[in-house]
Amino acid sequence: MPVVLHADDSDALPAHAVAGADALTLPGARQWPAAVDREWAFGGATGSGTTVCVVDSGVDAGHPFVGAVARSVAIRIEGSETHVDEDEIGDVCGHGTACAGIIRSVAPECELVSVRVLGEGFVGSGPALIEGLRWAVEQGFDVINMSLSTTKERFVADLHALTDAAYFRRSLIVASAHNMPVRSYPWRFASVVSVASHDIDDPLAYLRNPDPPVEFYARGVEVDVAWSDGSTLRASGNSFATPHISGICALIRSKHPELTPPEVKTLLGLTATNAEAAG
Amino acid sequence: MTDDRAAIAAGLLPGDDLHRSLLCSIVDTARAIFRAQAASVFLLDAEADELVFEAVSGEGEESLVGRRFLSSTGIAGWVLVTGQSLVLDDVSADPRFASQAAESTGYVPKAIMAVPLESGDRTLGVLEVLDRPSGERFTMAESDLLGMFAAQAAIALDLLERSRSARRLLADGAGDVSPLTRLAAAVESAEGDDREAALALLRAVEQVISRLG
Repeated sequence: MPVVLHADDSDALPAHAVAGADALTLPGARQWPAAVDREWAFGGATGSGTTVCVVDSGVDAGHPFVGAVARSVAIRIEGSETHVDEDEIGDVCGHGTACAGIIRSVAPECELVSVRVLGEGFVGSGPALIEGLRWAVEQGFDVINMSLSTTKERFVADLHALTDAAYFRRSLIVASAHNMPVRSYPWRFASVVSVASHDIDDPLAYLRNPDPPVEFYARGVEVDVAWSDGSTLRASGNSFATPHISGICALIRSKHPELTPPEVKTLLGLTATNAEAAG
Repeated sequence: MTDDRAAIAAGLLPGDDLHRSLLCSIVDTARAIFRAQAASVFLLDAEADELVFEAVSGEGEESLVGRRFLSSTGIAGWVLVTGQSLVLDDVSADPRFASQAAESTGYVPKAIMAVPLESGDRTLGVLEVLDRPSGERFTMAESDLLGMFAAQAAIALDLLERSRSARRLLADGAGDVSPLTRLAAAVESAEGDDREAALALLRAVEQVISRLG
């Protein structure tokens, strides 16, 4: 079902609508225990049943760190037309493969999908990013990993509408915070989970930041990652912290498929390493 | 800045040489700060949609400047498109990267710190620092520092690019703009009484033209 960026009022309930009787039985609403912990949040979960989409430079399927990739598409923009082609090229950098490998290491049984938005030149890369994200949101993936951002203000309105659409469609977007003092998007939006790096050598250590817009810190320093042509290297940056959180979100969603994006984010905050340490 | 104003300003701006010296100084300084084997600045040529090596310090210094690469592939392309910085160790393990580096420069780095060069919402290029003779790793704190340094480099690049585009406008025969540009340059270089007289004349012309409008 296509994403409509500007809501069609004819389909929307008026603001004063009275909820029907079925609204009184909300699935999952009473399942939260008095106090949540990681065991409740994702203990025993493998990511099974969830799909995580990597919007990046492509993914080399079959890399030992990555394994199977359920589907790989590439975004190609010609004039005003967007083409979503099956990706015959694979990773044009190595970075998307690195992200996919990290997600796989945290959520070994999740299904991975790649949307390649790089490789067609810099000039069209903004529209490709928007259209790649639009496609991912339309597919309704459980988690969408965006280890990238744009500083271009002209894309902000579309990105904002898309991240809101994802939020309401229950797709959780996990986005890298910029690690330079510039305004960039979509990580600044409240509808996504934004991630920067800490240097704790533990893939499951994640910290809640009480001072947003960066909301979480995850492992992003000296991470051994998959790279092009079956290689591995050691990498640092917020873009490697992000897929750790994507993997953890896949675990949560595989154990609690009924949770909405804001509920998953709340659960992340409540189970963060610094929150648990504080008791 | 409108094209007209840019063209007029170009009559007053120093030539490419000064900007190029500034860029060379930036890569030399970046290399010195991080005790690196090499540092380089790539500039985006938006028309060709390619990345161009604009300045290199250290390894590859002679052979690299002017070389062009695809703008959205490889490590520099990823940093350019995404605006995110990267610190990578053991990039020589990537056979594709290693063979491309060897082919173009003869030098295959092991460690790379790469940050985008952005001025406002304009993406201008990428600044990279490569390898330490000691083999010591680059840290995230150093990447942050490189990012701050890149903000400064981006301003230099932005000036260079605007100056170049204004000069291109002039070279293409900017029509009515050309006399204005020449006039501005002439007044700028005039001294003493000549300058005062020229300015008085221009103010008079300005008054006449404003009445026409």
